[in-house]
Amino acid sequence: MEVLGYRIPAIFSLLIWCVVWEFIGRYELVFIFPPFTGVLAEFWNLMGESAFHRAAINTLKAFSYGMFYAIIGGIALGFLMGRVEAANRLLGMWVNIFASAPLSSLVPVIMLLFGLDQTTIIITVVLFAIWIITLDTMAGVRHVSQSLVEMGQSFGASRWQLLYKIIFWAALPEILAGIRMGFIRAVKGVVIGQLLVSIIDFGRMFATYSRNLYMEEFWALTLVLFIFALSISFLIGELEKRVEYYAAQR
Amino acid sequence: MSVDAQITDDMATIRGAGVDSIVEVRGVSKFYEPDTQALLNINLEFPRGEMTTLLGPSGCGKTTLLKIIAGLLEQTEGEVFVNGMRIKGPGPERAFVFQDFALMPWANVIRNVSFGLELRGMPKKERYDIARRYIAKVNLTGFEEKFPHELSGGMRQRVGLARALCVDADVLLMDEPFSAVDEQTRRQFQEDLLSLLQIEEKSVIFVTHSIEEAVYVSDQIVLLSPRPGRVNKMIRPEIDRRGSADEIRRDKRYLDTVEEIWHELRDYLE
Repeated sequence: MEVLGYRIPAIFSLLIWCVVWEFIGRYELVFIFPPFTGVLAEFWNLMGESAFHRAAINTLKAFSYGMFYAIIGGIALGFLMGRVEAANRLLGMWVNIFASAPLSSLVPVIMLLFGLDQTTIIITVVLFAIWIITLDTMAGVRHVSQSLVEMGQSFGASRWQLLYKIIFWAALPEILAGIRMGFIRAVKGVVIGQLLVSIIDFGRMFATYSRNLYMEEFWALTLVLFIFALSISFLIGELEKRVEYYAAQR
Repeated sequence: MSVDAQITDDMATIRGAGVDSIVEVRGVSKFYEPDTQALLNINLEFPRGEMTTLLGPSGCGKTTLLKIIAGLLEQTEGEVFVNGMRIKGPGPERAFVFQDFALMPWANVIRNVSFGLELRGMPKKERYDIARRYIAKVNLTGFEEKFPHELSGGMRQRVGLARALCVDADVLLMDEPFSAVDEQTRRQFQEDLLSLLQIEEKSVIFVTHSIEEAVYVSDQIVLLSPRPGRVNKMIRPEIDRRGSADEIRRDKRYLDTVEEIWHELRDYLE
């Protein structure tokens, strides 16, 4: 963006919104928005709190386990559906339903099955992230060029070698895109899981803050999750750039 | 025994005694459902150490036939023998050069070239040593660490050729290998291929739709007619290849053969 011949960095628009927020907060125009500087101050406070540390570690654990299973499961399922037509016919409909269904409504059922603890949160994370990874992996596997597959076959690749030496790499750009979107959905999943279970970690904190109208604390915690989701998305975006050079010409 | 059968038998005896075939195609047909015939009753012999071209207009099934010989496609009827053994799929005695190069874009030149050996489980140092030798033979020394997207079309196909040579197969199967490169590169490539093959002593089955290319490089040309693909004619150009490339292209036999094939092909078009 350029104003009067000066280049304005992109971060500037973010600053404008922060100023607007501060203004709304100062003049108490909308009660859910306390001044932004107050939110920032609370953000630093939060970083120092041991309750926050415990919640953050638990959340990160649930998130990491959940993503681990979602990535392994999603890639495996995507490969199966991409390579075996029968598997696609059998599972395709379900994967698509789950990918677009409002999964939050399933969390209470998971809660009934697995109890009010970490397991439920992990399963919620998996449920939120796995389908997009499956669909993207499948798309990647489907689009691997026929001549690369024939190349592998003609040079004597076994079925297994064909999968991990050719098809996996050829589908990697799509797989990474799926994982990136899976991560973003998983952030939603972990918070929604904790909110619905509501007695643990960030969910408990969110519930307490909003029930008591601790808006500064509420926004500070939201900010933490925002920053987390954006950083992960950025990191995977960087990984994607490393395979970009061949994504265009497979 | 009918007279025809007698003659065929005699020919087989003569051929069997005189010519050593590396690849034999017997009664091969390929049907696609419901009733599209791609190839109909193909019988061919490919002499060892020679370059045989499958030539014909698009739709004559030349690439289909090549892929059946490669073991990448299954024929509906008939059999293919390589070194006297009936084939059931791809094998180490055959190596394929692809029209679109089929290089792995995530791997550098040396890994692409040595990929056939990697699949066989050869240790890295050993296979890279072999790959370097063939990279030198196709004039790509210095490009070992480059990636396919950093190379021109002609260079990419050299990588494809080096990869096929690397596995030391008896037969090279080349599917319109020069059709995706420009004309100058193509001519240079044809000459390089001929001199390389003299050293390497390979048998080559080459698919092309270019008459000039077929006549220039081949010992034997198989003319296929379209829909369904059938063997229409066998031609042996018998061109004296001792001269320079330009001399060959002005050679009377060369020009006559090109003309002869053109007349044959024109009949299909009409």
